[in-house]
Amino acid sequence: MSTPLNQKIYDLIEPFNKKGVELGDNTSFAGDLEWDSLTVMDFVAEVEDSFDIIITMNMQAEIETVGQLVAAVEKLQA
Amino acid sequence: MTDLFSKFDPLIEQRRALLDTGVTDPFSLVMEKVLSPTTAICNGRETILLGTYNYMGMTFDEDVIKAGQDALRDFGAGTTGSRVLNGTYQGHKEVEEALKEFYAMDHAMVFSTGYQANLGIISTIAGKGDYVILDIDSHASIYDGCKMGDAEIVAFRHNDIEALEKRLKRLPADAGKLVVLEGVYSMLGDIAPLDKMVKLAKQYGAMVLVDEAHSMGFIGEHGRGVAEAQGVLDDVDFVIGTFSKSVGTVGGFCVSNHPKFEIMRLVCRPYVFTASLPPSVVATAATSIRKLMHGSNKRAHLWENSKTLHKGLTDAGFELGTKEAHSAIIAVIMPDLERGAMMWEALLEEGLYVNLARPPATPAGMTLLRCSLCAEHSSDQVGEILARFTRAGKRVGIIA
Repeated sequence: MSTPLNQKIYDLIEPFNKKGVELGDNTSFAGDLEWDSLTVMDFVAEVEDSFDIIITMNMQAEIETVGQLVAAVEKLQA
Repeated sequence: MTDLFSKFDPLIEQRRALLDTGVTDPFSLVMEKVLSPTTAICNGRETILLGTYNYMGMTFDEDVIKAGQDALRDFGAGTTGSRVLNGTYQGHKEVEEALKEFYAMDHAMVFSTGYQANLGIISTIAGKGDYVILDIDSHASIYDGCKMGDAEIVAFRHNDIEALEKRLKRLPADAGKLVVLEGVYSMLGDIAPLDKMVKLAKQYGAMVLVDEAHSMGFIGEHGRGVAEAQGVLDDVDFVIGTFSKSVGTVGGFCVSNHPKFEIMRLVCRPYVFTASLPPSVVATAATSIRKLMHGSNKRAHLWENSKTLHKGLTDAGFELGTKEAHSAIIAVIMPDLERGAMMWEALLEEGLYVNLARPPATPAGMTLLRCSLCAEHSSDQVGEILARFTRAGKRVGIIA
């Protein structure tokens, strides 16, 4: 499903998507995108700054896929 | 049956591949005899120690040894009990008095290790609904303290003042907040901009905990650490420290001016549910701490050693973790684990021991040879260290 929020998250992922993986709700950060902890940290900071939110490490532990991230951002913005 | 150990297979494989290259296992070295704070016998060879945290060389101090021997004789080998039951002896109170004087603070609480001090204080004071804001490169004991507690954890980029402020700004104004910082970050040996960060934390209504494990006795006018050196110690709510570095034995502590601090002794589980330190250990610690109050000459020599080593290694062509010496830790960056292990072994063959550090302990996936200096290293020893580093570096091909 393509929404403005989805698209914005995809745009934020793109600079970190070194392997050019096609993105969908089920794309996983560790498995598909193969991000290490450093990349995750940089990316999370980008997302936080873009939406002016905080994604705590407790929350990050529960977010494995792009879809889960979109849902979390939506909830944090509400 | 699922073998619970299968999760360790990648690490077992990595280790096997490394050892198959024929390199000596860097994580199972035995010190057969320790000759002094700066020399030991390893593999039958006299070796200069450049990978201990014995910054002030107190391990063999005559007064310290004597205090330990007396306590061992007079109070026995151990307390066999918790601090809150039968495990508080005269010596435990004396070492806490020594800490209060050393830091000029109202309260001091001694734990059995520095790891437990972080684990206990962080997990106990930051509870459900509170926030812990920490540097991403924080020590494992800080992370484990967070994991053991129920607070929300927010990490910011290493030593990034702006990243810290952005996060403080976004947190609910009325939530309980604890900012956790370290004076010296032990992997690269760099110091934190505590002057700016502590002020920011206060501005946003957060309490501040600073781990000064690697600065005690050495940095700051009275050796109280980086917060003292940068003039913000009065704004720090909790200082965490250890006896296993400059103090020269083992144990951990927290000092604080918080008026309600003493309640920690009843609610902090890593303090309550473990045996207290042996009498000989607290006696050596108390004596050492009191001597460290008057250690300014040794401090000056340690700084000189650190600067000389930093400059010498830079001139020889090694890549270091900091542009200049921030502390007594000088981290030499290795291209990868395999060559790091080869260089470590070459140094050991030269009669020089350093620490090999690798992920996940290190930031940014780096392999490091971490050198830590001692106030008891002579200038000649530092010269010898540089010569050995240069020879080994050329042999392994780290430098040209």
